Amino acid sequence: MSSDHCPPSERPAGTAPADILRLTDFKLRFRGQSVATVNGVSLTVSAGEILCIVGESGCGKSVTAMSVMGLLPKGTSDVLSGDLSFMGKTYDLRRQNLPPHLRGNQIAMIFQEPMTSLNPAFSVGDQIAESVLQHQGGTRAEAMQRARDLLVKVGISAPDQRLKEYPYQLSGGMRQRVMIAIALANDPKLLIADEPTTALDVTIQAQILDLIDELRRDTGMGTMMITHDLGVVAEIADNVAVMYGGEIVEYGPVREIFANPQHPYTIGLMSAMPRLDRPGGRLAIVPGSVPAIENMPSGCRFRTRCAFANERCTERPLPKAAGSGHHATCHFAPLEDHIRVQA
Amino acid sequence: MFLFLTRRLLIAVPTILLISIFVFALQKLLPGDPLLVLAGEERDPQVLELLREKYRLNDPLAVQYFTWVTNALQGDLGISLRTNQPVSELILQKLPVTLQLAAMSMVFALTIGVPAGILSAYKKGSLTDYIANVVALSGLSIPNFWLGIMLILLVSVKWQLLPASGYVPLSEDFGQSLRTMLMPSFVLGTALAATMMRHTRSAMLSVLSADYVRTARAKGLRERRVVLKHAFRNALTPIVTLTALLFGELVAGAVLTEQIFTIPGFGKLVVDAVFNRDYAVVQGIVLVTAVGFIFMNLLADAMYYILNPRLRGQ
Ligand SMILES: Nc1ncnc2c1ncn2[C@@H]1O[C@H](COP(=O)(O)OP(=O)(O)OP(=O)(O)O)[C@@H](O)[C@H]1O
Ligand SMILES: [Mg+2]
Repeated sequence: MSSDHCPPSERPAGTAPADILRLTDFKLRFRGQSVATVNGVSLTVSAGEILCIVGESGCGKSVTAMSVMGLLPKGTSDVLSGDLSFMGKTYDLRRQNLPPHLRGNQIAMIFQEPMTSLNPAFSVGDQIAESVLQHQGGTRAEAMQRARDLLVKVGISAPDQRLKEYPYQLSGGMRQRVMIAIALANDPKLLIADEPTTALDVTIQAQILDLIDELRRDTGMGTMMITHDLGVVAEIADNVAVMYGGEIVEYGPVREIFANPQHPYTIGLMSAMPRLDRPGGRLAIVPGSVPAIENMPSGCRFRTRCAFANERCTERPLPKAAGSGHHATCHFAPLEDHIRVQA
Repeated sequence: MFLFLTRRLLIAVPTILLISIFVFALQKLLPGDPLLVLAGEERDPQVLELLREKYRLNDPLAVQYFTWVTNALQGDLGISLRTNQPVSELILQKLPVTLQLAAMSMVFALTIGVPAGILSAYKKGSLTDYIANVVALSGLSIPNFWLGIMLILLVSVKWQLLPASGYVPLSEDFGQSLRTMLMPSFVLGTALAATMMRHTRSAMLSVLSADYVRTARAKGLRERRVVLKHAFRNALTPIVTLTALLFGELVAGAVLTEQIFTIPGFGKLVVDAVFNRDYAVVQGIVLVTAVGFIFMNLLADAMYYILNPRLRGQ
């Protein structure tokens, strides 16, 4: 994937207010492996935008998100390339991470595991207030007041009592709300949500999604949301990045991706997908499974599972425009001419 | 809190009772007659019989046991067969000495073992971790008596920095008391520090990979705070358990070290009593030690209670 796969200049005016985050050609390889796990990912999140990243388990979604946050354990991986621009400042990820003072402040993250993501030893109030104190300073009482306001904001009733409670006293949905409260403590410009609702049941999931949707509308916060659930994507996303084997194979506005998928992998995902007006489907099963990282084929990484693959696919495809802000990294894209006719 | 500790006490009481029966029975089963020690050269059956009567050794075992327990409950652990002193007095004399030794050793064990354990867990796989593990293993493998003797030879004999032996009560001369106890507690403490370090390390390793530690980092907290607050707080429980256990063992097991540094403590009392078949003293010591262990366990339980919000909530 080329490094300027989604430069802001190519985006139609109006859909791209200020870019909050831009990740360019991010490549990461774990130590002891010869193949890059994340292989040239580029993406942008602008103010008020929700970008959803979808893809099968193990395709590098979390690794990418953790790298943006600078949370990958030290000494286990090497960044081969990648520039991270955040609020106009650019960091070369090979040499530096995001400055720590931005973390939990301007960029916040919530995780898939609400049950274990809060510290069992400290009260809810302490854990939210800590985030406030770390980045805004002030007195403990002020931070607690802020924590209380945040609980109200994320829709928790009886906030005064909840402040004093410990994680074991809360349900999974409550805990995820508390995690969101922690994330929002310092009015972040960007929220990274790694499968925030996977562990929750459907009603709670809808409430949490509504909350995120509401927040971005109220505050202009950009959101990078990782999910397995195409129903979630249909409901909440502005743009979608489809990942396969550490690469973004298709990227574009949500309607484009659903109505006019260009990459054979995306088409596979969509084939069992309910229509846009009837969301709720899980990620469809594409035949076969992702090869182990060491067995990733050269050229197009999807070719071992692709129904359309031919010898061209041993060469690495470049992203091709398939509409406004819509790219697919496939030799056959745009598909109109070949496959639509056949189908 | 009250309910919680009451429940623990309900376990503690039968435990002590069981131990007391066990101690009593074992003593009676052992071969050899303590009276022969007591009587010295005297072998006149009539005199022996009189002594038996005096120490009530002819009563049925159940009665003997019952008398012993009821007296013990009133703080009367009997009279030493050998020195004719009350056992409780003997124990009260020696116990503070050993408690001081144990406490000072524990300070060494904790101040060395815990930070070393945290550091080596945090830097897992690094040179620091490796060195800490090698040092800890050496600490475990080097016998206390050897380290003790070496320290005496170097620090006391060669450099003349600290007294080689003896004991000064805390109440008499606080500074001097600490100085005399410094080497023996260092010897005991470093050995325990190794154990402490290994347990701290493994406890820290399991919490450092916890999701809430990742959350703490995602908040943008300093590493120091992530490790020492968010991780360590959750690794405390096993450390508290170990501290309680080790402290009990220290009191009961400081024999060798007390011998080397000629500290007139509990250890010496135990050894003398056992070798002299001084029943009353041995029984008393075992009972006091057992109660001490159980007390330490209760203390640990109280600590769990304080550490664990879930227990507190009940
Ligand atoms: N520390 C590590 N060392 C080696 N490989 C790793 C490490 N962490 C993750 N990986 C590998 O990197 C790949 C991408 O993992 P990642 O967690 O990003 O997947 P994901 O897309 O988030 O999947 P899921 O949907 O299951 O969360 C996986 O194959 C995983 O095994
Ligand atoms: Mg993941």
